[in-house]
Amino acid sequence: MKTSTRVLGIVAAASGVALLAGCASGDPIGSGDAAASETIVIGSQDYYSNEIIAEIYAQALEDAGYDIQRDFRIGQREAYLPEIEAGRIDLFPEYTGPLLLVWEPDATPGTAEEVYDALVAAVPDGLRVLDQSDASDQDSYVVTRDFAEQYAVTTIADLANVPVPITLGGNSEGENRPIGPAGLKATYGVDVAFTPIEDGGGPLTVKALLDNQVQLAVIYTASPSMAGDDLVALEDPDGFMLASHVVPLASDKLDDAAAALIDKVSAAMSAADLVALNTESVETEAPAATIASAWLAGHADDLQ
Amino acid sequence: MNLLVETVLWLVDPIHWSGPDGIPTRLAQHVGVTLTVIAIAGVIALPIGAWMGHTRRGEATIATLVNGSRALPTLGLVTLFALWMGIGVRAPILALVILAIPSIVAGTYSGISSASRQAVEAARALGHTSWQTLTRVEAPLAMPTIGGGFQSALLQVVATATIAAYVADVGLGRYIFAGLKSRDYPEMLAGSVLTILLALLATAGAAGVGRLYRRLTTNEGNPL
Repeated sequence: MKTSTRVLGIVAAASGVALLAGCASGDPIGSGDAAASETIVIGSQDYYSNEIIAEIYAQALEDAGYDIQRDFRIGQREAYLPEIEAGRIDLFPEYTGPLLLVWEPDATPGTAEEVYDALVAAVPDGLRVLDQSDASDQDSYVVTRDFAEQYAVTTIADLANVPVPITLGGNSEGENRPIGPAGLKATYGVDVAFTPIEDGGGPLTVKALLDNQVQLAVIYTASPSMAGDDLVALEDPDGFMLASHVVPLASDKLDDAAAALIDKVSAAMSAADLVALNTESVETEAPAATIASAWLAGHADDLQ
Repeated sequence: MNLLVETVLWLVDPIHWSGPDGIPTRLAQHVGVTLTVIAIAGVIALPIGAWMGHTRRGEATIATLVNGSRALPTLGLVTLFALWMGIGVRAPILALVILAIPSIVAGTYSGISSASRQAVEAARALGHTSWQTLTRVEAPLAMPTIGGGFQSALLQVVATATIAAYVADVGLGRYIFAGLKSRDYPEMLAGSVLTILLALLATAGAAGVGRLYRRLTTNEGNPL
């Protein structure tokens, strides 16, 4: 405990110094408002997929003539959200459900639209969320295409009619979370056994599905595991999984033209696009900037 | 301090002492995996170590094997084997067998090869075959060292068998993984404490067996 307090202290002191330095350099002549307001600060989580989206925002705005400062890989929500609320970051790729839970801890899962509407209402003054994208990065129940076709399963509810026993595979914490076997029983009346696979929906989970060692698995919708045709994500009519669509969180400093441009980016980015971006990142290990500019080049028409 | 108290409370909570996720079940699975691994590793490693020790060949090989094995990431092996043979307990058992073999080979080799030269020469002079020399002279003399090899393999395997839970619903590692991911640190710490206690018990048990063996052999006189 003592060590962690000390580390926190050092981190706080270091960031304090960084902030002071930032103030000093950003404010050389009087107020400097005009110069500062023209530079848009874009942040990202310390998560490769989020960084690619942030890089796409950055390059799209740069191409439109804006000055951009990149403040990427800030860490997790607890670390960067105060920075956004304090107005030090102007644009940040976020996810609807998890962001809503920060401001409305008691919010219940619902459809993507319900979650987005609740989020729009919950955003504090000085901030706003732009349009949500079709691209999402959330837990989903996944079966193999063969399984889906054999038992005519397209939604989670259809699992109740499957005549063979179903085993759910996923990270062990999933066993006791609301989306685990108990929640599945309560919401959809589906009985499943559970087996842990601790690779977060990675290759081991995919192999277990394809080998029929598990019939159902929890995999992120944007995971590279979802590339290809072997796996199908089940629809979730009751909004059982917390919807987590990509949504830009912006400060009021972002002008309407910039916001409109980012809305076009969100509209152009499909769910399959995000999977493809993540897959490319994992497979080629190319930097986010390279992947982002390739995507923008392919969607130049959508952003006009 | 608070965390330690919560861990103790977790450990004594009767809820955690029954059912398929209860401590007795997980302990039994952990011990089962460990004993399976030691048995398989013993069947493989004993003949190799004995042959190397008897012929006094392969000292360089042993050194490379033992040192190299220290650098093997067992969790990486589990992932690799699970991608090949699927999830379940087989992949972790194979990875743990690979972890256990070097200690047993090394213990057996050094025990057999350091058996008293005079005793070995005397046995040959009496007309013992190579096999008889190994089983009647070298092996009994080497028993304490072989036991030491098994003891260190046992300790490694008990402590590392937690990774079986990476791909199978088995062992004390379930508490550690589940606690880590859901930030239930008392559960995670409880899993670690149970593993440590089991490792200490296993070591003490192995040492006890060793003492018993020495007493029996001494009482019956020289094992020769």
